[in-house]
Amino acid sequence: MSTNAILSRERPSQGLGFHSKPSKAKTTEKFVFWVFRLGTYFILACASVIFLTIFFKGSQTVFQSEFPFINTEFLLEAPQTLHVFEHEGQSYEMSDTNFRIFEEEQGVDIKTSTYAYSGGGIWPCIVGTVLLVLGAMGIALTLGVLSAIFLSEYSKPGKTLNAIRLSILNLAGVPSIVFGIFGVGFFVLAAPQFAFSQDAAGSFTELGNTGFYFKFGWGVSLLAGCFTLAFMVLPVIISASEESLRAIPQGLREASLALGASKWTAIRTNVLPYAMPGILTSSIIGVARVAGETAPIMFTAAYAMRDQLPWEGLEKWSDFFFQGVMALPYHIYVVSAKIPQNEYTERMQYGTAFVFLVIVAGIALASILLRIRMRKKYRW
Amino acid sequence: MTLLTDTLKDSAISPKATTSMSSETSDPSRPLIRVSDFDFFYGEKQALFDINMEMLENEVTAFIGPSGCGKSTLLRCINRMNDLVDVARIGRGKIEVNDADIYDPRVDTIELRKRVGMVFQKSNPFPKSIYENVIYGLRIQGINKKSVLDEAVERCLKGAALWDEVKDRLDTSGLSLSGGQQQRLCIARALAVEPDILLMDEPCSALDPVATAKVEELIHSLKDQYTIVIVTHNMQQAARVSDKTAFFYLGKLIEMAKTDEIFMSPKNEQTEAYISGRFG
Ligand SMILES: Nc1ncnc2c1ncn2[C@@H]1O[C@H](COP(=O)(O)OP(=O)(O)OP(=O)(O)O)[C@@H](O)[C@H]1O
Ligand SMILES: [Mg+2]
Repeated sequence: MSTNAILSRERPSQGLGFHSKPSKAKTTEKFVFWVFRLGTYFILACASVIFLTIFFKGSQTVFQSEFPFINTEFLLEAPQTLHVFEHEGQSYEMSDTNFRIFEEEQGVDIKTSTYAYSGGGIWPCIVGTVLLVLGAMGIALTLGVLSAIFLSEYSKPGKTLNAIRLSILNLAGVPSIVFGIFGVGFFVLAAPQFAFSQDAAGSFTELGNTGFYFKFGWGVSLLAGCFTLAFMVLPVIISASEESLRAIPQGLREASLALGASKWTAIRTNVLPYAMPGILTSSIIGVARVAGETAPIMFTAAYAMRDQLPWEGLEKWSDFFFQGVMALPYHIYVVSAKIPQNEYTERMQYGTAFVFLVIVAGIALASILLRIRMRKKYRW
Repeated sequence: MTLLTDTLKDSAISPKATTSMSSETSDPSRPLIRVSDFDFFYGEKQALFDINMEMLENEVTAFIGPSGCGKSTLLRCINRMNDLVDVARIGRGKIEVNDADIYDPRVDTIELRKRVGMVFQKSNPFPKSIYENVIYGLRIQGINKKSVLDEAVERCLKGAALWDEVKDRLDTSGLSLSGGQQQRLCIARALAVEPDILLMDEPCSALDPVATAKVEELIHSLKDQYTIVIVTHNMQQAARVSDKTAFFYLGKLIEMAKTDEIFMSPKNEQTEAYISGRFG
């Protein structure tokens, strides 16, 4: 009751109790802290193992000790069968073309062990992936920006808009294999192909007597792959675009309108130009995904092996879009899961994975640099 | 008097005809903007109650009143800027500009906004060059002739008392200007479209006294050619620049009269209290 009572209350000899032995709360705190820390370390360790393995093993394929230090055959040739053999006391490893030349030079038949896909390089895969990425991003950006403009600038908030937003969000969570199946059903088998003359192909049917031919299905083709991939990244592009559009100050829109601009003029002259850098940089996340996914293209666009490059042996320009291509992720899948494994295929796997990672990392780096530059340039 | 839509149609065909709107009438004290029985809502919330007022040609009208009383709302109704607000809705009444109902479905808001320019509270130059900022309104009308644009830039920047400060760096970004210069750039930009009416929402709220004085001077000089409505929180400013002053409170127009009368002998108690700084 009295001050005495308070003063006489037992005090620890030192401080106010904070030097006493660890309290329960403190122990828990320490434990939790370590759980977090270990979790982080674990992830770090896993990532390091993955990256270091790929870089270490992959660089053995991609780089070499003699000039020009980069294995140009690996980067610039098509995959080939590898011949491993001994000749006059020396052992050789040669891709199919080189082996034939060698054999002719020597003028003898040589017995070899052959390993599929283990010679040559991955040039057609790099080309195919680049084409798929360009096509898919072109389609996705066009459709994505159009719908983002509609959603964020024109549509009135309400139930319909929420429903649309929700379905776009859900689309982002759909597994890529589902997009692959969708691509098969929709583009490979069902989408119509048109032609204006019979010589196009025998499989075309004439529509009445109009001189206008068509058939169902794009087949396993670059175009089908691009569209399938485009649909897969659309949600990312749409959200990125909407966000960039929203970041443009309302004042710019109002100022344009107040000067007698129509809504579209205001968007075209004072919203889109300033939103475009943001849209492009955020969309580069989408590029990494388009480049990386295997499932959407394995039934719609990818060939395990194709000798010709996409621009070789075309009968007419439209054939370019209706041909299958090789692609990096699918190639990795083929060499690591579809053929007998041995030390020679392993080199291919890691080499391809290495190149693939470098390409994706390069794209990501470019996007970061671009974003930093854009941020500096457009500040209001 | 023809309907605004018709006037606007004519003006769209021949840009010269646009000035006729003000020159048509010889009577200098003709009401150019008339607000009658005007109720306005944001969703369920009523922002304006039964506003009745007239703004005369070539006069400066000041809107004063405590924050949130609906000054900006009414101003933005005059060039239909509130169309951008999804929940905005007119309850009753109408606003006429040059005797034409501006909420008539036939009215082309683009033409309306060319006739009724606006300067915003927060200066908002485009992230473009000073030159492009000024001629934006002309460019979007498809005017691309260099001589016309050059002439417009000089005329409007002079009109906005900015020419001397920026004439040597017209191709630098509008954003590189100081706040006061930016606001005058926005005024120049509005002048380029050659409106009849200029709506200004607290144009000086972000400016220092020197820049404010410049803008006020500018308003004085613009009065001969434009009908100006200005929202301000600064009583001295209202007293200095305006011919008429309207006092708003809680969405209602409490009192509107000649500026001298309002400041010398306000009829309403609330007006007096507000002007003398006893509330607000
Ligand atoms: N876009 C909007 N949506 C909903 N309510 C709004 C909107 N804009 C304004 N209001 C409301 O309408 C009322 C009037 O606002 P207004 O901006 O016209 O006031 P003001 O007189 O201009 O105030 P200030 O002097 O602070 O600028 C306020 O209560 C405000 O909350
Ligand atoms: Mg306001």
